Amino acid sequence: MIRLGLRGRGDLAEWRDAARALLRAGVGPGDVEWQVRYDGADLFGLADDPLPPPDPAVPAPTVPAAFLTLADAVICHRDPARFALLYRLLWRVQGERALLSIPSDPDVARAETLEKAIRRDAHKMKAFVRFKEMGLPRDGRRRFAAWFEPDNFIVGRTSGFFQRRFTDMDWIIATPKGSAAWDGRELTLSDQPSAKPDLIDATDDLWRTYFTHIFNPARLKVQAMQSQMPKKYWKNLPEADLIPDLIAGAEDRMREMIDREATQPKPFHHRIRERE
Amino acid sequence: MAKSLKQRLAILSDAAKYDASCASSGTQRRDSSASGGLGSTEGMGICHAYAPDGRCISLLKILLTNFCIYDCVYCVNRSSSNVERARFTADEVVWLTLEFYRRNYIEGLFLSSGIIRSSDYTMEQLVRVARDLRTLHNFRGYIHLKTIPEAAPQLIEEAGLYADRLSINIELPTDQGIEQFAPQKHPARIRRSMSDLSLKIEAAKEPTLKTKRRQRFAPGGQSTQMIVGVDGATDATILGSSVDLYSRFRLRRVYYSAFSPIPDASSALPLSRPPLMREHRLYQADWLYRFYGFDVAEITSVRADGNLELDIDPKLAWALANRDRFPVDVNRAEKEMLLRVPGLGTISVPSILSARRHKRLRLDDLERLRVSVCKVRPFIMAEGWSPLRLTDRTDLRELFASKPQQLSLFG
Repeated sequence: MIRLGLRGRGDLAEWRDAARALLRAGVGPGDVEWQVRYDGADLFGLADDPLPPPDPAVPAPTVPAAFLTLADAVICHRDPARFALLYRLLWRVQGERALLSIPSDPDVARAETLEKAIRRDAHKMKAFVRFKEMGLPRDGRRRFAAWFEPDNFIVGRTSGFFQRRFTDMDWIIATPKGSAAWDGRELTLSDQPSAKPDLIDATDDLWRTYFTHIFNPARLKVQAMQSQMPKKYWKNLPEADLIPDLIAGAEDRMREMIDREATQPKPFHHRIRERE
Repeated sequence: MAKSLKQRLAILSDAAKYDASCASSGTQRRDSSASGGLGSTEGMGICHAYAPDGRCISLLKILLTNFCIYDCVYCVNRSSSNVERARFTADEVVWLTLEFYRRNYIEGLFLSSGIIRSSDYTMEQLVRVARDLRTLHNFRGYIHLKTIPEAAPQLIEEAGLYADRLSINIELPTDQGIEQFAPQKHPARIRRSMSDLSLKIEAAKEPTLKTKRRQRFAPGGQSTQMIVGVDGATDATILGSSVDLYSRFRLRRVYYSAFSPIPDASSALPLSRPPLMREHRLYQADWLYRFYGFDVAEITSVRADGNLELDIDPKLAWALANRDRFPVDVNRAEKEMLLRVPGLGTISVPSILSARRHKRLRLDDLERLRVSVCKVRPFIMAEGWSPLRLTDRTDLRELFASKPQQLSLFG
């Protein structure tokens, strides 16, 4: 049994190097124990076993491109079993070349479930990051910061989206699972946990006004809202604390609209109609 | 006293919320990495928030002004309404869009307006906002502009150059309905404008002979909205009208909006309001037509009165009315028939097709494909599974019918 510890913070290369060595040494999935190695101290006092030397009898491994795409997403998941799952898939795909096109296979299904979770997590990050402005512009560039709490290690793979979109401003996205920063020239990534910035942005007040007034109290559908914007995200959304009162007042506001008698039009209405 | 920006934002978002569309998907892919500006559209739409009405908030959806010289009975902004009025300057809308965008509240702007002075004047103001965003501020986010049917062609041309999507609301499913409830609007003129847009959109997709470059004209296409439950139109009429619009003008979307109570409603409105579930069923039927290969007549002929069932979805209703077409063998059936199975969809069917090339599928295989086995089980055959003949079951409807709790909303 070979025991390996990986930092596992969304870096595919770390896993790929270890997996390639194991595969070339002919080590089967049942003979590896993958662990998450925490920074600073080895939690269990266990040292990594050295990687075995390649077995000349084992042919150089190849993988379909679809495997790498899948692995690139799955490695970002927080599930501690992801390393072993990917290695099992890698091992099997050497013999079963069509494996990835069998979505009903338990290993493939599991990997696709994790991939889907990563896609959703990244999509929600693109949706729910909220930038707040940090003071005055510096060197003509405005500066913003955001705090976000993703479920998985997705900051790296999502940072390009923010770079391509918010190109003309400086920004930093800080999360407990790493950070990304852009200054107009370089995208800087870190997988270290960040501290939560403490910022107030006056424009949030206008956004809250918009959120309040774009809501139609005559069509309350709380379940539909919550399935798309689960409560775990609310604490970092400047508009979310308005929601309970909007829900509580909706019924009365709708009643009022229904019960209200039709009013008489103002003079300008008559003037316009006379012109017709 | 002059109203503050915040007060006007409140009034003009209140005035805009009856437009259902908030889509930001389906336009060209572009970003700011080369221009060094602001904004991107990368294919997928993004909902940046959800209001407690369950609707996605993707765009800053506002009116430039809610003053309006039209008097459409169903509309919150009709000239005879006493709602509070306000207007933004074009610069204010530009500023709000950019500041909201920078904070990642939105994907872009959906700008509409009441008709003031004239159609050209109003359209000119809308175009100015889009032009300033694109040319002065290097903005590459999403822009949806409401198009005023009577506006001059050069204004429409310019709108299409800057906007991702253009839309003209048909408002009601029948011409009589439009004449009765929107007396200043003209159905023939609305359709002519849609047709003009459709021709321009199609033409812009082809590279020109001279320059070999594509012209830009509303790459996100056009959409429209129909209000449901104001006139007496049945679901069959409504969906028939949609099919007509989809096929003649290649619309990207028809939005359905169940007419809901508005502040200061006109006494000419009907007293009974349609359940929100009716709107939901129309969207499901619309989907079946566009992505599932159903004819609208197949869906709307289930009931004699031409309306969709409220307590079960239209696909299930069709299946129960066509029991002789089931069970469907998941290991052999054509794609077209798999798509007609209640509980299978455009995501699971390709997975089934892919998986069954390698093995015969059992129910637990379907479960791993994230299919709801208890929902599809009565309608399919799989390895090791054949259901009771559907024609022998009398309890199926009860098995699936949901409690119609939405009906109580309007009490």
